[in-house]
Amino acid sequence: MTTRRAFLLGLAASGLLAVATPSGAWAAPADFVPHAWIRVSADGTVALTCHRSEMGQGVRSSLPALLAYELGADPARIEVVQADGDPAYGDQDTDGSRSVRTQQDLMRRLGAVGRIVLERVGARRLGVPVAAVTSRDHAVWHEPSGRGVPFGDLATEAAAEPLPDRVTLRADPPASGWDLPLVDAHAQVTGAARYVADIVLEGQCTAVIVRPPVLGSSVVSFDDTEARAVPGVVDVIELPAPSGPPGFQPLGGVAVVAEDTWTAKRAAERLRVTWSQSPHDGASWTQDLAAMREAVARPGTARRTRGDAEGALGSAAKRLDATYVVPHLAHAALEPPCAVARRTEDGCEVWASTQTPQAARSMVAEVLGLDEAKVTVHVPFLGAAFGRKSKPDFAVEAALLADRVRRPVRVQWLREDAMRQGYVHACSVQRLEAGLDGDGRLVAWRHRIASPTIASTFGDAHELRDSELGQGIGDQPLEVPALSVETHPVQERLRIGWMRSVYNINHAFAIQSFLDELAHARDTTLPDLLKEVYGPPRRYTPEEAGAEIWNYGASLDEHPIDVGRYHRVIDRVRALSRWDEPAPEGRARGFAVHRSFLTYVAVVVELSRGTRGGPRLERAWVVADPGRIVNRDRVRAQLEGAVVFGATVALHGRLTLEDGRVREGNFHDYRLLRMNEAPRSIDVELITEGEPHGGVGEPGVPPVAPAIANAWFALTGERVRELPLT
Amino acid sequence: MKLVVNGVEHTLDVDGETPLLWVIRDRLRLTGTKYGCGEALCGACTVHLDGHAVRSCVTPVARAEGRRVTTIEGLSPDGTHPLQLAWERHGVPQCGYCQAGQLMNAAALLDEVGAPTEEQVDRAMAGNLCRCGTYLRIRAAILDAGKGR
Ligand code: FES
Ligand code: FES
Repeated sequence: MTTRRAFLLGLAASGLLAVATPSGAWAAPADFVPHAWIRVSADGTVALTCHRSEMGQGVRSSLPALLAYELGADPARIEVVQADGDPAYGDQDTDGSRSVRTQQDLMRRLGAVGRIVLERVGARRLGVPVAAVTSRDHAVWHEPSGRGVPFGDLATEAAAEPLPDRVTLRADPPASGWDLPLVDAHAQVTGAARYVADIVLEGQCTAVIVRPPVLGSSVVSFDDTEARAVPGVVDVIELPAPSGPPGFQPLGGVAVVAEDTWTAKRAAERLRVTWSQSPHDGASWTQDLAAMREAVARPGTARRTRGDAEGALGSAAKRLDATYVVPHLAHAALEPPCAVARRTEDGCEVWASTQTPQAARSMVAEVLGLDEAKVTVHVPFLGAAFGRKSKPDFAVEAALLADRVRRPVRVQWLREDAMRQGYVHACSVQRLEAGLDGDGRLVAWRHRIASPTIASTFGDAHELRDSELGQGIGDQPLEVPALSVETHPVQERLRIGWMRSVYNINHAFAIQSFLDELAHARDTTLPDLLKEVYGPPRRYTPEEAGAEIWNYGASLDEHPIDVGRYHRVIDRVRALSRWDEPAPEGRARGFAVHRSFLTYVAVVVELSRGTRGGPRLERAWVVADPGRIVNRDRVRAQLEGAVVFGATVALHGRLTLEDGRVREGNFHDYRLLRMNEAPRSIDVELITEGEPHGGVGEPGVPPVAPAIANAWFALTGERVRELPLT
Repeated sequence: MKLVVNGVEHTLDVDGETPLLWVIRDRLRLTGTKYGCGEALCGACTVHLDGHAVRSCVTPVARAEGRRVTTIEGLSPDGTHPLQLAWERHGVPQCGYCQAGQLMNAAALLDEVGAPTEEQVDRAMAGNLCRCGTYLRIRAAILDAGKGR
């Protein structure tokens, strides 16, 4: 009970208290509902709201646990209510590995509001001063006498109480988090958990949409005779083509609406659509890749300059030069995008597998010409998302169709649609050059990048933005006197979007692979070289960098680039994996470290040759320093999952373009790592020493692919410069 | 046609070529069984046909006629199949979307071999994708549940 801090709430000012009810039967008159996150009912139920989307990261355990902690509720006995999309909840965008980081303080303050009122009422009931009571386990207690009153018995009285305008928080939760119950596990293992496709409304039909196969083309005409002849087809509807940059707009195309999914799919196959020409007709990955390779051979736009890199490279005693390629990648969440919409008399009700329910709501309102207040967006479980579901285009499709058909419509993206017409992870070609002096010290560093920008999805932009370079380049604490970072414009062919870890995947792969090449050239090992080139423990500042440092929207005071934390994860994974002992016969290990989303992660991977001669993952060791955490087991689960996700990047992931179209369509040609390819063990060690919360969902991914590529080199002597490896 | 799913007999008027997956989901409204690929490439739609794991997305419903179909909803009456318990103990699910298929596939494996070895688990489960990457926990949970056999 040491660090009790008082907070001015400012809740009324921010509008948070104005939120009415998260869902239909949220509150009865006798319930205590101080605000939209807490409901204590007279029957003793404590319902807490989760306003972020659950997509496997465990946010429905962690955010409510913080509310429960301050409230004094037992997290094993709470009911979690999923919020609809409503700006009254503040920021609901579930992305950037930041739900806990940016919402934890708010959750605690909101929980404390409830506790203060319940304690006030409880003290009255117990006939003791309010300072003598505490709330825990769903009740208010007078500890000296051992008497307590359950929350439920206080609800009605609490409902009539004024809310405090100031709250005092409890002592901070443990920096290393809690082991929390998984609120939804039982529903998930019994098939009871509801995803969007499981929502069934009276009279609902299903739509499968044939979208333009090439970005920028649209419907010229279509013949639906055969499609309409399939029994069970309700209607065939042309959707409007997007205007201007893609943004979150649907791609247009022709929708087949049918009584059931199978009918919709078969009828859609029978549509004959003529598409307009597109500037991307004829584009191919081979040509685009050649153009990007050619670009990085030349100087680009200077983005960061220190000293004279050109001169220093020219006079270096030894020079290394390598070009790395990461192709376009697909999110490939196992649940393809899906939304259900019902047009009501004066509004629209939508269920969407979305990470951005508020954006879905405003877009639906806009396309239907409705007042936002008349649009409701519900968020069932997401069958994972990885950034794809930050774009609510599919919710808009469902709303448009429900409006036309005047029956509830489910838009079901098929796997092939999701693979070919999503928002892909940006490809990247990066050339790295390093100069070493006579003593082997790094004296020059040049990094040239050709990679499409996500900004191209929203406007006329073709070169990486600072925030994109900030993901693993601008924030690298490289101690090198001469440095140049240059970019080239790239003609994008597809809608480029965020995918888990985003540009960090590309940049970590190139930099950690190249540093490994450097380590071999220097006859040292990567962990030693890393500590040398990152320099001694210190704060890496914009002054030292000679440039602004993009820091995931966080201040560098609160979340500095702490070289000591790099050292710590490097040293700990080195010890954990017994890096300095030889690998077992027939195996080799690779190393990589990366900071992203304010979290430091070092990875060691051990490989052997599989039966077909390719890489076989044997073991992985992960040491992560995310600062404070809430939900310990879910943090581990995210890091384990990140190894598998990163291994798919390393071994299998690649979308290619032919004739302007994505070639891959399903899991036979876009392979995901399988259980028989997964390592035998993944050892995760967490460093949680009390620094502020960093991200968890994404930072585990970037170091995995380079660690695998580096291990493959150690095993075979073959350097992997183009992903995927197999 | 008559279809027996989880011990309940249904009489349906449906084209025999329709994949079992869509009959289960769209007609019977048993939504625990998931669509992931439609091409027998991911395992999300795994159900049992006379106790054997099949991919319902490529199984014409006609093939299920006169046989016992079991879906995740019928794996146990109250969610206490040893695998379901092990899944909860090991904190397996992340997004959960693949897990019904994983469980059904694993249940058929346990019925077939009792206590599988790690290699048998890997071989049997190789067709069930999990994009969230829960494989190590699935493996551990199956081995754990198999021990009790
Ligand atoms: S949906 Fe049947 S195997 Fe993927
Ligand atoms: S838990 Fe998400 S796909 Fe397996």
